[in-house]
Amino acid sequence: MDISTHNPDTDDTPPPIAPPAADAEQKRAARGATRPGDRIFLALSRGSGIFLLVIMAAIAVFLTYRAYLAISEDDANFLTTFEWNTSLVPPKFGIAVLAFGTVVSSIIAMVIAVPIAVAIALFITHYAPRRMSGPVAYVIDLLAAVPSIVYGLWGALVLVPHMDGLFGWLNHYLGWTGVFSWDDGAPRSMLTVGILLAVMILPVITNVSREVFRQVPQMHEEAALALGATRWEVIRMSVLPFGRSGVISASMLGLGRALGETMAVATVLSPDFDIHASLLNPGGGTFAQNIASKFNEATEFGRDALIASGLVLFVITLLVNGAARMIIARRSEYSGANA
Amino acid sequence: MAKRIDVSGLTAYYGSHKAIEDISMTVEPRSVTAFIGPSGCGKSTFLRTLNRMHEVTSGGRVEGKVLLDDEDLYAAGIDPVSVRREVGMVFQRPNPFPTMSIFDNVAAGLRLNGSYKKSELADVVEKSLKGANLWNEVKDRLNKPGSGLSGGQQQRLCIARAIAVEPKVLLMDEPCSALDPISTLAIEDLIGELKERFTIVIVTHNMQQAARVSDRTAFFNLSAVGQPGKLIEIDDTERIFSNPSVQATEDYISGRFG
Repeated sequence: MDISTHNPDTDDTPPPIAPPAADAEQKRAARGATRPGDRIFLALSRGSGIFLLVIMAAIAVFLTYRAYLAISEDDANFLTTFEWNTSLVPPKFGIAVLAFGTVVSSIIAMVIAVPIAVAIALFITHYAPRRMSGPVAYVIDLLAAVPSIVYGLWGALVLVPHMDGLFGWLNHYLGWTGVFSWDDGAPRSMLTVGILLAVMILPVITNVSREVFRQVPQMHEEAALALGATRWEVIRMSVLPFGRSGVISASMLGLGRALGETMAVATVLSPDFDIHASLLNPGGGTFAQNIASKFNEATEFGRDALIASGLVLFVITLLVNGAARMIIARRSEYSGANA
Repeated sequence: MAKRIDVSGLTAYYGSHKAIEDISMTVEPRSVTAFIGPSGCGKSTFLRTLNRMHEVTSGGRVEGKVLLDDEDLYAAGIDPVSVRREVGMVFQRPNPFPTMSIFDNVAAGLRLNGSYKKSELADVVEKSLKGANLWNEVKDRLNKPGSGLSGGQQQRLCIARAIAVEPKVLLMDEPCSALDPISTLAIEDLIGELKERFTIVIVTHNMQQAARVSDRTAFFNLSAVGQPGKLIEIDDTERIFSNPSVQATEDYISGRFG
């Protein structure tokens, strides 16, 4: 190419637009009605989508119907009552204690797990030498694969007997708040449950955050570096903002697990039907734990009542997910995905 | 104030692979120097050694000296972070921080350097955006995200961000290769204005661009794929494009190159 005829903009012009004929053909192909392979795949994927909706609808109908049978017979306020007596005539039961316990234990778990998970994910992706990041990530993956009953056993046999020191310390320095007061009972309390749940949801939050941090485009990190940012400043300016919505999604996955966790809570918690101001004293309960511990010995009506509580858990989970979506959507204009 | 760059005997590696070998050159303050050469000849690598960005790549390492006026950027005890605050960089693809507004993008470097009063920040942001010929287009939407701008505007935003911290040197790595001709022209005009204040080094694949914007041109080449890139010659741009002293340069710029 001679310099005098060299077009300076060759590198800059986008590829030529496809002629209209090719465009129409692409559209036909995209409709997927021409080839048998496309038809089969379309039917399969559409069928899967419909199947999912049918299952969701079936669960919702089942929960609502059985819950209606129970709640219509309830002699007490279903939402505010602090007791669960389904065999009384007339029956009295309410979910106030369960809702409180479920939300509190999950909040404790999130407060502990999210910062640690984000820190581990940052360590694996941005600080650890390559020789180390692989094994650390692998161990985290293993943690995610441990069955929840094993966590429950570990919680009951290892965690509970070792909580006395922490509980005594909290009671000594923060007992005056009421939230951390402790009457020297067995530490089978909401705080222990929250700590155990934190360990259980740590892997999923770490893994998803790690994937998000790994996908931060190099050009964003270099933008910060070239301005004279230190490694931490690169993370603050480029990595965390880019990963923000991903970390929220990861946290919601973890929260979903914490809200619904059954066996681990049932194994560790010493439940009762009261709301305790202290997180250290035993007592309280969660939806899933209450269902698991009462279901086997419940009458037909008792089961309907437990299903009604399950419906509330279902609704809480939906609300939490909806709230998370709103948080992500509200700042989507500034999302890292616009890069 | 713009500073002189004095490179001597610079060799850069990626792991055990030698990317560029034994490069020496001088870049005068308040001038534009263009690096041209075929892909893989190491011109971008060399550019990135001038603000110690090369060593960010894993396995990246450098031997030799880069003097900024009289200060060796690779001397022991020199913090690469402070080097990058003196030597700014603009990249091939516009990379404004997607989660920041236009204002925050320009202010980002200042905020790294310390705390500023709000009015001071606003002054510097306005001055920098004016310096990047972008102020009139964005003054009414400083709080909108930078990612909403066109590609050419984003690249000028990145230039504004780089000059906001008053670097001594501005490095540009193919700053127009992702832009349309009109945006390219806007950037080239801007380079002409910026050289009054900064020492500018630009890598480009577009030889007419090198001819248009630069005072001096350096031609890089490599003898074969896998071999380290070398500086073939550096001279006044006019001379490189009319009467270069090395045959390979003439072959390259006239398109006879292998």
